[in-house]
Amino acid sequence: MTGFFFGLIGRTVRLSLGAGGGAFVGLIFFLSVVAVVPFGVGPDMKLLARIGPAMLWIAALLATLLGLDRLFQDDRDDGSLDQFVLSGLPLELVVLAKAIGHWLATGLPLVIGAPVFGLILGLDATAIGLVTLTLLIGTPALIFIGAIGAALITALRRGGLLVAVLVLPFTIPVLIFGVSTITAVTTTGMPVLPPMLILMALTLASAVIGPVAGAAALRAGMD
Amino acid sequence: MNHASSQLSATEIAVTRGGRSIFSQLSFSLTAGELLAVTGANGAGKSTLLRAVAGLLPLAAGSLRFQGGSEVGGPIGESLHYFGHLDGLKSSLTVRDNLALWARIAGRSGLSGIEALEAVELDHLDDMPAGYLSAGQRRRASLARLLVVRRPIWLLDEPTSALDARAEATFGTLLADHLKSGGLALAATHRPLPVAATASLTLGAA
Repeated sequence: MTGFFFGLIGRTVRLSLGAGGGAFVGLIFFLSVVAVVPFGVGPDMKLLARIGPAMLWIAALLATLLGLDRLFQDDRDDGSLDQFVLSGLPLELVVLAKAIGHWLATGLPLVIGAPVFGLILGLDATAIGLVTLTLLIGTPALIFIGAIGAALITALRRGGLLVAVLVLPFTIPVLIFGVSTITAVTTTGMPVLPPMLILMALTLASAVIGPVAGAAALRAGMD
Repeated sequence: MNHASSQLSATEIAVTRGGRSIFSQLSFSLTAGELLAVTGANGAGKSTLLRAVAGLLPLAAGSLRFQGGSEVGGPIGESLHYFGHLDGLKSSLTVRDNLALWARIAGRSGLSGIEALEAVELDHLDDMPAGYLSAGQRRRASLARLLVVRRPIWLLDEPTSALDARAEATFGTLLADHLKSGGLALAATHRPLPVAATASLTLGAA
């Protein structure tokens, strides 16, 4: 049964990276948002460096939410979801596998790209390191929470932006503690450990709640 | 295979969708080696019945039981293959890769991926992305899924649609083998099946 779990992760990654998968659209969207910010706020390097971490986090949040709408809808449309239900793997683990695969294909590239985009915003080495670290810890939480929204809209024909609107409010704690971990070091001088531990706790909690709630949403939408 | 004592029985099952009763008070029983043909007009509830038996739709009333011979317990969903209108193939993956995932589901392992594709005469296309297959080829690729993992119950929804005469004969052989080895099958169909049904159930007659 673990074979099916890992097979499903692998298939999700390959579909996402393959033709029409949309893994790179998120990365390009991330880059576009980050690249547009300096034009908006002007060539004030100090200001950019100060709001940079927050901008990177917001851009990563939006890029993550954008790719979520097809997470289960494609599988429902082509009948794969029926076969997942009959596979013998609990639906909770199906959601977990899909979320992990989706993170590997769309979340991890954002984490890897963050240092490059940090340079665009004129961040120093410490801030770049912290942004990358907090994104690594925090983006799984965004996807686990997002998986609930993606599962909820599976029964609807056109989910689209609805997922982003549904999920966005619930991702705010992740954003707050992600950014405050960085600002604790770079500006406010507060202890860095508490916000970082809360960020980790959010990821761990959503890794449990996301699959359970997502599976419940998929079951409710099966009729 | 030892499914000699396997039995699938439905007792007065009913399914309601969107507040409308599709069918009710439906009972049937199938034992090893039997094929039940489910017939009825469009919209009579043939697909609904198969999905309800698979556990993909909730039962409004009644109960379903499956005694799987030597295989004990487990949810009924793990004892059956559902072969419906949707083939579950991903267009961007090759036929072989599509099948590889379904070889890992719960159940006794059957043929290897390439053997299953040989059985449905698709082995020459195994590294072709599924998006390039014709409707009948997609159907056969989906049929290969039933061969890589052995499960005693086959639920077949219009199994011969889009198949040409040759593929239909191949399907008939596979189905006959399945029944002979102690499997059982429910097939919803409008057309005569390549294997003679041992019983039939007409929906919408009541």
